[in-house]
Amino acid sequence: MMAGITKIDMAKTGNEAMAYAMKQINPDVVAAYPITPATEIVQIFAQYVADGEVDTEYVPVESEHSAMSACIGSSAAGARTMTGTSSQGLALMYEMCYIAAGLRLPIVMSDVNRALSAPINIHCDHSDTMGMRDAGWIHIFSENPQEAYDNMLQAVRIAEHEKVRLPVLVTTDGFIISHGMERVATLPDDEVTKFIGPFQPGTKLLDVARPITVGALNFTDFYFEHRRALVDAQAAAVPVIKAVGREFGQKYGTAYDCIEPYQLADAEYAIVALGSTCGTAKVVIDQLRATGVKAGMLKVRVFRPFPASEIAAALRGKKAVAVLDRSDVLGGFGGPVFTEVRSALYQQAGAPVLADYIYGLGGREIDMEMIGSVFAQLQDGTAKPDSVQYLGVRD
Amino acid sequence: MATLKELAARGDRFTGGHRACAGCGATIAARQALLAAGKHKVVAGCATGCLEVVSTIFPYTAWNVPFIHSAFENAAATMSGVEAAYKSLKKQGKITENIKFIAFGGDGGTYDIGIQSLSGAMERGHDLLYICYNNQAYMNTGIQRSSATPRGCNTTTSPAGRKIPGKAQFRKDLTEIMAAHNIPYVAQCAVGNWSDFTRKVEKALDKGGAAFINILQPCRLGWGYKPELTAELGRLAVETCFWPLYEVEDGVYKLNATPKEKKPIGEWLFQQERFRHLKQPANGAIVDEIQREVDQRWDKLVKKCNG
Repeated sequence: MMAGITKIDMAKTGNEAMAYAMKQINPDVVAAYPITPATEIVQIFAQYVADGEVDTEYVPVESEHSAMSACIGSSAAGARTMTGTSSQGLALMYEMCYIAAGLRLPIVMSDVNRALSAPINIHCDHSDTMGMRDAGWIHIFSENPQEAYDNMLQAVRIAEHEKVRLPVLVTTDGFIISHGMERVATLPDDEVTKFIGPFQPGTKLLDVARPITVGALNFTDFYFEHRRALVDAQAAAVPVIKAVGREFGQKYGTAYDCIEPYQLADAEYAIVALGSTCGTAKVVIDQLRATGVKAGMLKVRVFRPFPASEIAAALRGKKAVAVLDRSDVLGGFGGPVFTEVRSALYQQAGAPVLADYIYGLGGREIDMEMIGSVFAQLQDGTAKPDSVQYLGVRD
Repeated sequence: MATLKELAARGDRFTGGHRACAGCGATIAARQALLAAGKHKVVAGCATGCLEVVSTIFPYTAWNVPFIHSAFENAAATMSGVEAAYKSLKKQGKITENIKFIAFGGDGGTYDIGIQSLSGAMERGHDLLYICYNNQAYMNTGIQRSSATPRGCNTTTSPAGRKIPGKAQFRKDLTEIMAAHNIPYVAQCAVGNWSDFTRKVEKALDKGGAAFINILQPCRLGWGYKPELTAELGRLAVETCFWPLYEVEDGVYKLNATPKEKKPIGEWLFQQERFRHLKQPANGAIVDEIQREVDQRWDKLVKKCNG
């Protein structure tokens, strides 16, 4: 850590950490709607507004669809804009999320991962944000409240970077992180202000002397080019995400990257996972290592843009790898993480045995014993190549 | 209030060269609204629909003011975000200009799919004028019925068939629903009455706060008439009392036009292809029903304005 910057330790839940990050970011506009388990974020933030602790104009909209619509208007107008939601709320936003990305608006959104109905359920899985896979957003998962806080700050920098200008989704796992209290090392307010810098949009609606038209109709002659530019922006985001993560490490002690290997370099057996499960898996790996098993993990922090080549390189030479998917692709071939990882490994000579484990839907507990059983199956060969298994479900 | 001469001297902020049909009423409304707003700096927004489609075909635009379109059901929410951004940046001293905000939406995007977004924005009290260019059906997608479509009307999803003579329901009264939001200003206008419309746009913007104007906009394609009759059909809707011109300012109702002689509804209906089937003797009862409904709504409104 650089001299002169003293981090302040606080006890915060994931929701509190995200709301606190939003306070320090001090966005010009927040438009949001309550939904379990993300409600606290907007509640806490509304209190900051009521107490005059932020300059934010808070728009308490009548639905998530309007939340994202108002964010689009606000961001296009030239204001730094944030929102937060979960599950059905995110699903109601999907239409507008595609548009936010298509219009290249650097909105930052927190999402507390929660299962999608039906049946209705309020607990964690990744079905909601996996529905954003093709929306054009940058998509960052957090393992714990600390990462949720750090990711929110970095998200602003990534979204607003002139080569990127894409919306960013930062997620935590519903209840597991959102309501789990941990120590969070926070930065002083002025340090956050310095780190994120001022918002400098390229064009803005409120520049009335230079009128622009946002959201024009594109026919067969221009649509493809504009969508292709979106693809390029996703690619351009990779070095920016890395640079911002590196800078965060240099300044504040914890560096971030698109993926985070854990005991992976010499591992023979590995799992690939996202979010809070990674914390549990680290303990299991430590225990296995103590008994001589070369176990390791590849944590995917950034799911979009998908770090395919980095993942392929990190898994090279492993004997067997299990992907832990906290959502399913109904009628597909394995969960969303599995299909992407498998695709990333396809051209690799001698690629490892790759199996998929779908787990934890609707908040179903995943414990150390279950993760241990996955490693056991990788070792004894019961994890067959391309098999898709359901972990912890009653048959 | 600006005179015709003054309005004519103001440069167009909704310009020609767009792709609207000959005789389009929506573009008349948009052009007049922005002329009326002439003394203000404005940002405009529009729901997906005819007006947006004909005016923003990339790389062209007919909007000579900052303009945003995002989707169909959310012009009010999108513009409430623009207005919130303005409020925030103004408060922080990051911008100094005074700017007004105008949203446009067709009746489909306003009465139907956009009513939640509109209601929310009006309830929150944004400094936003929402103008519904009401042509009484989904014209952009090919004349489908909306909740603004009148009883007996032939549309592609309420076709006049051998058994069913057009739309079964009377139209929703959105102007009254907006008045019930107790916002500072609500008004009803009709294309063909430029002086009434531009005065109301100016008044709505000068008053500040949430405002709603519902302008009846004859559509030559969907209504089926000669393009040169657009303004005339708008005026006839007023003269038959089908579409009264009135305003509700701070809760006080005011009738802006009382026809000297209330024309029978048939004079308006039968100039339009969409009601042609109602000329059949078998459908005479429907015309009577429509007339009764017009009379009832008119009497109710007159009472409110006199009360």
